[in-house]
Amino acid sequence: MTPYLLSILEGSLLVLQVGLASLVVAVVLGMAGALAKTSDRPMAVWVADVYATVIRGVPDLVLMLLLFYGGQMGLNALLEALGDWPAIEIDPFAAGVLTIGFIYGAYMTETFRGAILAIPKGQMEAAMAFGMRPWQVFWRITLPQMIRLALPGFTNNWLVLMKSTALVSLLGLQDMTYLAKQAGAAARGEITNAPLLFLAFAALLYLAMTSVSMWVLGWLEKKYSMGIRLERD
Amino acid sequence: MFKKSLLLGSIIMAASLSASAKDWKEIRVAIDPTYKPFTYKTADGKPTGFDVKIAQALCDKVKAKCVFVEQQWDAMIPGLLAKKYDTIISSMSITEERLRQVAFTGKYYNTPSKVVVRKDIKTDGSPASLTGKKIGVLKGSTQEKYAKGELAKAGVNVVGYDAQDQVYLDIKAGRLDGTVADVVEVQGGFLDTPDGKNYVYVGQPLRIKKYFGEGVGVAMRKGDKDLKEALDKAIKDIRADGTWKKIADEFVPGVDIWGE
Amino acid sequence: MEFDVILRPENLRMYWEGCVNSLALLLVSLCAGGLLSLPMALARVSARAWLRGPVWLFTYVLRGTPLLIQVYLIYYGLGQMEYIQARWDDSWLWRGFKEPFFCAALAFSLNTCAYTTELLAGAIRHVPAGELEAARACGLSEWACIRRIVLPSALRRSLPGYSNEVIMMLHSTSLASTVPALLDITGAARSIYADFYLPFEAFISAGLIYLSLTLVLVQLFRLAEQRWLAHLRPRQSV
Repeated sequence: MTPYLLSILEGSLLVLQVGLASLVVAVVLGMAGALAKTSDRPMAVWVADVYATVIRGVPDLVLMLLLFYGGQMGLNALLEALGDWPAIEIDPFAAGVLTIGFIYGAYMTETFRGAILAIPKGQMEAAMAFGMRPWQVFWRITLPQMIRLALPGFTNNWLVLMKSTALVSLLGLQDMTYLAKQAGAAARGEITNAPLLFLAFAALLYLAMTSVSMWVLGWLEKKYSMGIRLERD
Repeated sequence: MFKKSLLLGSIIMAASLSASAKDWKEIRVAIDPTYKPFTYKTADGKPTGFDVKIAQALCDKVKAKCVFVEQQWDAMIPGLLAKKYDTIISSMSITEERLRQVAFTGKYYNTPSKVVVRKDIKTDGSPASLTGKKIGVLKGSTQEKYAKGELAKAGVNVVGYDAQDQVYLDIKAGRLDGTVADVVEVQGGFLDTPDGKNYVYVGQPLRIKKYFGEGVGVAMRKGDKDLKEALDKAIKDIRADGTWKKIADEFVPGVDIWGE
Repeated sequence: MEFDVILRPENLRMYWEGCVNSLALLLVSLCAGGLLSLPMALARVSARAWLRGPVWLFTYVLRGTPLLIQVYLIYYGLGQMEYIQARWDDSWLWRGFKEPFFCAALAFSLNTCAYTTELLAGAIRHVPAGELEAARACGLSEWACIRRIVLPSALRRSLPGYSNEVIMMLHSTSLASTVPALLDITGAARSIYADFYLPFEAFISAGLIYLSLTLVLVQLFRLAEQRWLAHLRPRQSV
């Protein structure tokens, strides 16, 4: 039984990698989207709007399947049309990371936008009156306050993102869920209730990751809110 | 000056890429490791089984390295066409329908399929006598084609699963009355186990060419003619020098799986 | 793009069947989970630790693990237990675990129950303290307080958050086809992809169906908010 459990444990490392990599993509896209939506260029606002609406209107799994199967076919066709280039493979890891990052970028856009809007406009105006350029205003005034205001929403998005990494098992990536399911079927003769055991183990690992995340992000929230009186109703 | 040399460089590179024939130093092989004794994994996750050992023997003969890629059965051919791997060596039968999409080598084994149901079900294996029963099959397999083509028409409830061993889990659970499966696979993976003691074969061995094809071969993309030639020759070689027999004796002792 | 393949009657029928199954699953889960979450939310904010504790554990575990694993745990995990298997032909209690629809619906119901419980609990905590004090001063019992002041206010406040939850549930039904024999919209799309090798057409069609359903739900909730949350709308004019 131990070899099975060890391989599921290895699968959890893969889940962490997918989660953290997707988070990076999501934060970058979220920042870009939030800045686009709060900018005064109608084109940027419209594009960000469509992005957020479509992504949040379609299930993660469908987008993942589209990118994984469709994206690979499209990429192959493109490469073949350009000439006899060697095939670039979109492996399940890349497909999972790109899609999850892309999806949660839309949610991060909303979170960051809400945070930016909550900063008193007067501060940005004062900064510009002092002669600071737009990127200086962003870097010195907007960003530090935005982090504090966005943390609760960010925490929520991160937790949901981490749980949706279980879906990459449906793309064939050998993460915890995939290995637990396979081990459960393979060990059905030797170990009683094998499926229940291995799936429960995978669930426990997810619970551990969720708990650690909540603890770390809760600590961060307290740290960033030092000296600020919170309004509570 | 820089732009011109960049253009020249990329033209040369493109030309050289298109000019060279594919040099097979590494062959990516797709397997679905839920099909004991042909393709399965040991407890620590290493692929093993008849298909896997044959693949390694073939790779040795063509002096290439075998890299195994796991893939769910019903996504096998799409993945091959999408160039995620180069061959499928996982008990894939050579059928006319599949030949329209991919190329196959000659067969490397041939075993029939049979219907397996619980002992207490009174049936002679014909579709009509199984009306109303729930039969589980592997999605994308020749057995599924047969079940959907013949059994479903007669009123049998055909349920598709992602992997054959998930079928056995649900048979054990009583959610299914039986399955249609390869005789060697169902013998080793189910009937010989304690779970299978109330189950029997019914009816004749199914060799209908329309559904089951003509044996199991190595699948590859249609454009890779040199790979097909190399692997065809390799299959003949391992048959001739006894490697095939040795692997067969290791995984399916006492059974002749070469067939006709 | 060969969308004409999608428009063939047998494929359209598959999408339709998937749609019906998805919506059925959504409705059953929302009703069961929603009804169960009312008493659980009250327990969650209760001053009595023996009521609060178990509910906290329930929501903590169910919100901390992926829905996919929860579905697998019920269909494969519980469904493979000898104890349950021995009894499910005889007793109505265990009969459901044999059926794929029941297993999926159970997993989805428990999941939405956990999230809705937390949502409602948060809304209950935000009922203005003044209203509670006034109710008690008027002599209302604890139960009457809950029934006439707390719940109506909390339910209305949770509408926006609940609309998110319902849409999340709709998207979660895309996991239904991981259970064998259950066909939902995503399952239909995967089937078409496997048979015809048309990933774009199959999954874009599925995406469009989900998008339309989402937009319909958003509109329904907008109407609900206009009716029931009008008292909390920001001022429309000077």
